[in-house]
Amino acid sequence: MSTAINNIEELALREYKYGFVTEIEEETVPPGLNEDIIRTISAKKNEPEWLLEWRLRAYRHWLTMEEPKWANVHYPPIDYQAIRYYAAPKRARRPKSLDEVDPEILRTYERLGIPLREQELLAGVAVDAVFDSVSVATTFKEKLAELGIIFCSFSEAVQEHPELVRKYLGSVVPYTDNFFATLNSAVFSDGSFCYVPKGVRCPMELSTYFRINARDTGQFERTLIIADEGAYVSYLEGCTAPIRDTNQLHAAVVELIALDNAEIKYSTVQNWYPGDKEGRGGIYNFVTKRGKCLGVNSKISWTQLETGSAITWKYPSCLLIGENSVGEFYSVAVTNNRQQADTGTKMIHIGKNTRSTIVSKGISAGHGQNTYRGMVKILKTADNARNYSQCDSLLIGDKCGAHTFPYLEVKNATARVEHEATTSKIGEDQLFYCQQRGISKEDAVNLIVSGFCKQVFKELPMEFAVEAQKLLSISLEGSVG
Amino acid sequence: MAASVKEAQDLWLDAFLEAEQRWRDTEPARLRKLRAEAWDRFRSLGFPTTKHEEWKYTNVAPLARTAFRTAEPAEPAAGVLPDSAVARLVFVNGRFEERLSSASWPAGVRAGSLRDLSLRAVVEERLGCYARFDQHPFVALNTALFEDGAVVEIARGAVVEQPLWIIHLAVPSGQPSACHPRVLVAAGEQSQASVIELYLSAGQGIFFTNAVTELAAAQDAIIEHYRIQQEALSAYHVATVQYHQGRGASILSHNVAFGAGLARNDVNSVLDGEGAECILNGLYVAGGEQLVDNHTALDHAQPHTSSREFYKGVLDGKATGVFNGKIMVRPGAQKTDAIQSNKNLLLSPEASINTKPQLEIYADDVRCTHGATVGQLDEEAIFYFRTRGIPRDTARELLTFAFAADVLGRMKVEPVREQLERELFRRLRPSGNRGEGA
Repeated sequence: MSTAINNIEELALREYKYGFVTEIEEETVPPGLNEDIIRTISAKKNEPEWLLEWRLRAYRHWLTMEEPKWANVHYPPIDYQAIRYYAAPKRARRPKSLDEVDPEILRTYERLGIPLREQELLAGVAVDAVFDSVSVATTFKEKLAELGIIFCSFSEAVQEHPELVRKYLGSVVPYTDNFFATLNSAVFSDGSFCYVPKGVRCPMELSTYFRINARDTGQFERTLIIADEGAYVSYLEGCTAPIRDTNQLHAAVVELIALDNAEIKYSTVQNWYPGDKEGRGGIYNFVTKRGKCLGVNSKISWTQLETGSAITWKYPSCLLIGENSVGEFYSVAVTNNRQQADTGTKMIHIGKNTRSTIVSKGISAGHGQNTYRGMVKILKTADNARNYSQCDSLLIGDKCGAHTFPYLEVKNATARVEHEATTSKIGEDQLFYCQQRGISKEDAVNLIVSGFCKQVFKELPMEFAVEAQKLLSISLEGSVG
Repeated sequence: MAASVKEAQDLWLDAFLEAEQRWRDTEPARLRKLRAEAWDRFRSLGFPTTKHEEWKYTNVAPLARTAFRTAEPAEPAAGVLPDSAVARLVFVNGRFEERLSSASWPAGVRAGSLRDLSLRAVVEERLGCYARFDQHPFVALNTALFEDGAVVEIARGAVVEQPLWIIHLAVPSGQPSACHPRVLVAAGEQSQASVIELYLSAGQGIFFTNAVTELAAAQDAIIEHYRIQQEALSAYHVATVQYHQGRGASILSHNVAFGAGLARNDVNSVLDGEGAECILNGLYVAGGEQLVDNHTALDHAQPHTSSREFYKGVLDGKATGVFNGKIMVRPGAQKTDAIQSNKNLLLSPEASINTKPQLEIYADDVRCTHGATVGQLDEEAIFYFRTRGIPRDTARELLTFAFAADVLGRMKVEPVREQLERELFRRLRPSGNRGEGA
């Protein structure tokens, strides 16, 4: 047992393998936040007047807000004036094709395991890659355009499809929504934009890869996905960052809109740098994600694997407005070492016959603190609403914590709401059973953990599910005692 | 009646100064100090607002605005006390009624008013040691203002067969009155007893009962505690029950809330010794415009402790129910075994429920689960009744009764269980505010 712990501790020291820095020339703005910075960002991106106005309104509102303190996470105060709100790889003009993208960046993505070119050819996954603040490459664009699907960087969408952006930007997460969403609204730099027209089923998985590279920058991306009537789209996002000994802020906003009979599937594999063993450095991942099931029979499904970040603070939510609309949330959150996660979902039932399912799996190891915080709200108008929630926590080691804070608010007597939660450690007898059959303890734990998470992983698209499985075993390596 | 908050505050200050004055010479120094600290704490906390997480769904603004005066002594009406209550302490408007209370007690029990000099030692040593008021304004208010209260001391090793009753009767007058009943139960090592607290009211008028009960069970004590609240709908009822359990101590707690326009109960236990076990059993039945809020907190402070919690709610009319159950497992409290369930039945389209089960776990070798459900009666079950010629209304009553009755089924004192079953049936019967009905 004790030798096992030693080996395990060695394993725990394994480095975060995406922690390298790419040496490229960066174009940045000075640190700090004021109206001039916002004007500069807006000017750099050649934005129309209305968008600048919108940013400024958000900024002015942000000044009146206080940073929220209710989450079950602890961190020293953030100095918002020390953050650089814009960093972009330097280049003369927008790349027309992948050949024009800085080879250094392409190499970075290769090291991260997403060879853009290869993906274009083989995997058939359309990738939008966001490097620090700007989108550097979008693959497969033409092919999508044939079907009328718009998939591009947010800045491009602002230039080329301003009517769509203007109509939907802030319609799900208004700029007054919360402290971090408001900050994002003021300074967001880039992100992905996707519009799937009526009746089109997007033939491939769309994907965005986010990477924070420059020091002291924050990443504030904004994603907007619209599925028009009868459309279907599956969207993946992945994230990494280099190792730094200071904390970096990531405050993104994701807005999804599903019209009549549309379906959006949004999957995240979040692996921002989690900080070292002592909790130095790492990304603060303060994200607002929300989907609006606006149309009848619409469906939004969130799947997430949260293994990275020093602190995760996010609640992908669904507003179930359309009749018979469906919201789903599948999550695996892992906290190891000194990581903290306060994550969950909100399901707001507004329309009749709306249904939601929540499956949340939390794994805490080391000194990790893992909190599920979720809300299920059934409004008076939501006749025959149905919710099922299940949150399970797995504890590995005696220094970690697992917490559950579900809020169920029911204002309609026809609602059926069920919530179940369990917390336990890996069963000694399960471990024993595996070991007795010659499976090493480490493998046995991996086996049990992946079984624990299976319900969520089966919701991920295939390529991601494989990656997620690997990521999970890396995150937990060395935590078995 | 409705006064400004300022005016109401002044009245609380008057009440405090009066209480401080009255007990200055007779109260032990520690209690005098406690009163002053509690008053300071209440002043700085103020009445909670719905921005306060613990009071998110319970708006006490109407209570805070009401100009309450300390309840005057009153004559109890005849026939309100249950016949089964033989060994009893009776309080009317917060004052001890010696004439109505038992003079003699079973072997091993000493009980009486906390002003009773023969109980002074236990009061001086333990009152206020368990119910903390630093975060809870109502506990602070009670600690600052209590007039009188019940003290029950159960000797080491005593096995008391007869249930011990503590009956609080509120007799409201023309103007809003407040009283702050206090209960202290100290159960010695290996003792066994049942303590029944009953809150009743007689007559009409607005009143506010702000009760605090402290119950400490020493090593291996086995205590069954009932808290039954049947006050009038004109009542505001706020109560905190704080248990403290030593090694191997077992508490079976029943909390029944039927009455009061606004009822808030906090039931907390600290499982402060290995092998301690706690069962929290609760039932709230509300109709009309009642608001009933139950907060429970189980603090597993030591390893090898277990808790079970079963709370059920039946909400009809425009009633609102709130449930918040917290299970806390402290670092190092390994082998904790905690199971919590909260089930709610909504009988009318206007009724609502906010439930928040909550786990906070800082140890790994534990088993903790919680479950919460909200639903309505099974239409198929009703249909089954109707195919057998039983009318819809009766079917609903029977099914609702069955839903609630399993909570009562855990009660061990038979007369109490039977009386509550009858009361439950009576409350389910008048289908005046049943909404869409048959």
